[in-house]
Amino acid sequence: MEIKKYAVAGTAESCDVQVSVEPSSAGLSVQVKSRVMNRYGRQIKITVLETLNRLGVTSGCITVNDQGALDFTIKARVECVVFRSIDASEKDIPWGGIVQ
Amino acid sequence: MRNAVGREIPDELLNTGYEGYKGKFYRDGTIFQKQSPRVRRYGKPQESKVCQSIREACQQCGAHDGMTVSFHSDFRNGDYVASMVMKVLVEDMGLTDLTVAATSLGNAQDLIADYIAQGKVIGIQTSGVRGRIGEVISQGKLKTPAIIRSHGGRPRAIECGEVHIDITFLAAASADPLGNAKGTGGKHNCGSLGFAVLDAKYADHVVIVTDTLVEFPNLPAAIDCMDVDCVCVVDEVGDPAKIATKEARVTKNPRELMMAEAVADVIAATPYFKDGFSFQTGVGGPSLAVNRFLEKHMTDKNIKMGFALGGMSSVICQMQDKGLVEKLLDAQDFDAVAIEHLAQHSDRHHEISVSAYANPANKGAYVNYLDYAVLGALEIDTHFNVNVTTGSDGVLRGAPGGHPDAAAGSKCCIIVTPLIRNRIATVCQDVVTVTTPGDCVDVLVTDYGIAVNPQRQDLEDCLDKAGIAHVDIKTLQEKAYQILGTPDDLKWGDKVVAIQEARDGTVLDVVRQVISI
Amino acid sequence: MIPRPKPKKFRLRRTMMFMNAQKPKLIRDAYIYGCDSIILDLEDAVAENQKDAARFSLYHALKNIDYGDTEVIVRINGLDTPHWQEDIRCVVAGGADGLRIAKCESADDVRQVEAHVLAAEREFGVEEGRTLLMAALESPKGIMNAYDIVTASPRMFGCAISGGDFRKSMHVQIVRGGIEMLTARGLVLLAARAAGVQCFDTMYPFIDDTEGFEAEVRQNREMGFDGKSIVNPRQIRYVHETFAPTEKEIAYAEKLIRSFNEQANQGVGVYTVDGKMVDIPFFEDAHRVLALAKACDVYRGDL
Repeated sequence: MEIKKYAVAGTAESCDVQVSVEPSSAGLSVQVKSRVMNRYGRQIKITVLETLNRLGVTSGCITVNDQGALDFTIKARVECVVFRSIDASEKDIPWGGIVQ
Repeated sequence: MRNAVGREIPDELLNTGYEGYKGKFYRDGTIFQKQSPRVRRYGKPQESKVCQSIREACQQCGAHDGMTVSFHSDFRNGDYVASMVMKVLVEDMGLTDLTVAATSLGNAQDLIADYIAQGKVIGIQTSGVRGRIGEVISQGKLKTPAIIRSHGGRPRAIECGEVHIDITFLAAASADPLGNAKGTGGKHNCGSLGFAVLDAKYADHVVIVTDTLVEFPNLPAAIDCMDVDCVCVVDEVGDPAKIATKEARVTKNPRELMMAEAVADVIAATPYFKDGFSFQTGVGGPSLAVNRFLEKHMTDKNIKMGFALGGMSSVICQMQDKGLVEKLLDAQDFDAVAIEHLAQHSDRHHEISVSAYANPANKGAYVNYLDYAVLGALEIDTHFNVNVTTGSDGVLRGAPGGHPDAAAGSKCCIIVTPLIRNRIATVCQDVVTVTTPGDCVDVLVTDYGIAVNPQRQDLEDCLDKAGIAHVDIKTLQEKAYQILGTPDDLKWGDKVVAIQEARDGTVLDVVRQVISI
Repeated sequence: MIPRPKPKKFRLRRTMMFMNAQKPKLIRDAYIYGCDSIILDLEDAVAENQKDAARFSLYHALKNIDYGDTEVIVRINGLDTPHWQEDIRCVVAGGADGLRIAKCESADDVRQVEAHVLAAEREFGVEEGRTLLMAALESPKGIMNAYDIVTASPRMFGCAISGGDFRKSMHVQIVRGGIEMLTARGLVLLAARAAGVQCFDTMYPFIDDTEGFEAEVRQNREMGFDGKSIVNPRQIRYVHETFAPTEKEIAYAEKLIRSFNEQANQGVGVYTVDGKMVDIPFFEDAHRVLALAKACDVYRGDL
């Protein structure tokens, strides 16, 4: 999948994560900020990269603002924002396929 | 060397005379010499000790570079006095290299964080390190390691001379011109002055700071004029909204209510739950709700509480008024109802000093007679060690308070806490900092289950008999990590930024500078 | 991935608690409060422009959270919205125990949903027939069609009244004693019993009005509801206690069963217990009461 436009998903509420994406010509960059950075910062970045990889995203500027979200919530938000960036988030989602 | 809770105590501390923690009653039975202050005589007749300004009082008391000053925290988050005085000392008088030995520090004393960063304050001794003060110390900006003590550990240290206070500045709700001072009778009352009274006896110089000057003699007084050098009158000693709430609220959070009920059931299942039992009170989280659920068990079994000990609020005062509690032993008041109650019912609601409450080095503090302590935790590990000093991120942000004291003294210490908070495992493998050692903690109640310290087989049997399910604490810790993911270890620098003393003055743990990602 | 046990059409559903699928903090361990069923909401609780995000959250929540014995139902958007088809795909792929059809008005609504559920089960390799259904009756038409609705599919385990929308269309306010809902409740209960499925009452909206809430719960029990929708964990305990058989009921049921066993051995079919004539339906009911008592964990006997 290729990020076509700016999109954002998630909220700034406790236990949630806000993820925004923007198209980029300079490969993949992931910036993570988290209130539990010292304990889970590394894990958060891995989860985001794994999800992007599964979706086949190879370029884009991804910003992650985490308020203590669990891994599966991070996955959900990353998937949603990527699908939103290509206007394909409302129907025919490949549940159990690249979304898992 | 490794101390009795497995924490590494650096040589540099051992070389200054510190010992590592060796167990909760290690120093029991030892003899020591109490120290006394170096004081000025005021022999001549005088009308008033009121100074024109705080600065004048400081000068009269010989304020100088490198001195140790103290403040008390009976006005809690509403206190103005500590900041007011520090501003005068550092900004007006240009003093430096100061050590602040407060009973607790938090957001109300944020200003001191700046003075630490500027190198004007080089030493901190306290129970609480909340807010920016904790952050700044964790960043390594304090010149000497902060010393963190419990409410009981502080009077111990003062009495045996480990802390020498040059000038103590004691906020009071009301005072007469000669220094008889109280926590009531003024514009802004705090009730009990339990945290203040010891410093009045042990500091070289004593300054009372009040916003309500009353006629002499302001008796009966918590602080006696014979110990007071100066009196300062200011516009306001504190912010009324933050000194005490109107009425402490019992939580409505269903999770906390669930845990509080479980705690009350555990208490009712133990043999100490009989007529005349004693209970440590507070206002944090589920504590008040525990009181409410306990009421039902008490009525069912027709038993009364002999005494409630610690911090008072409307809930416990009302229980006493209903005839369910014989005596209230009050070290601090959390709401206006309790403050009023203290003033009105001196026959059954007694003000006690923090030393009488929790000092492990006197001839028997009240915690030694306590049946139950219900306490919280930032973290608790599989050895039942509790951390209330640092966050899971390694930054100083809590306060031991009376936690280690009540835990050590009580017959049954129950920690009540949610298993996870946000993405933080409260029940973990090893706490970041040991504030209360596992040998003082008996039962853990979480929203995911109850665990009993293996050293208390008797309590396990009680729970089994009452049909209360419990699990190995390791199961709870594994559940926490399963839900959140296993956290990475924190990365530490070499610099020791704080020393966590045990209540007997030995070293429980050290806090180093945390390296943030 | 947490594998879920096969959904059961008949099980304890005294409390059905609504949770916003878009709120990670709430859903990650909502089962802890001990309600019988959780309803993850894709409908009213989720803003119109967040329906897509809620689905992603829901899918992962279904796959990753351990709900233990608690049933997980998902309330999908109404058939008059553009969302319900994708909702069904997501819910079935995620492996929820069942769907709650909001604003259900006719048997056709049920059949439409069922067709899409079956298609989704096939698409995602889920055992056909696994996903259960329940109908939320929120309008006069829906309530009048209750019997047809609950018999429209073998997957249908029950129906619930949804008071909020219903009261508006009836031009009534909520009143003490519930007379404004009396007929609706009665009709829905009749339909459910005639069809042999469960019936649930609407939620009580005033969280701080304990007295009013408890009175409504007692009335629900007396009218014969199997359970109630709740919106706050504080409401769980009273509902569970009220819907559990009382000691008196259990004792009577035990008596009936024991006496039946005795009498049956002697070839007698109808006789009296405590001065009352009893026959087969009484014993069936006695068995039901004991089964319910066991499920509610209040049975201490040995039958």
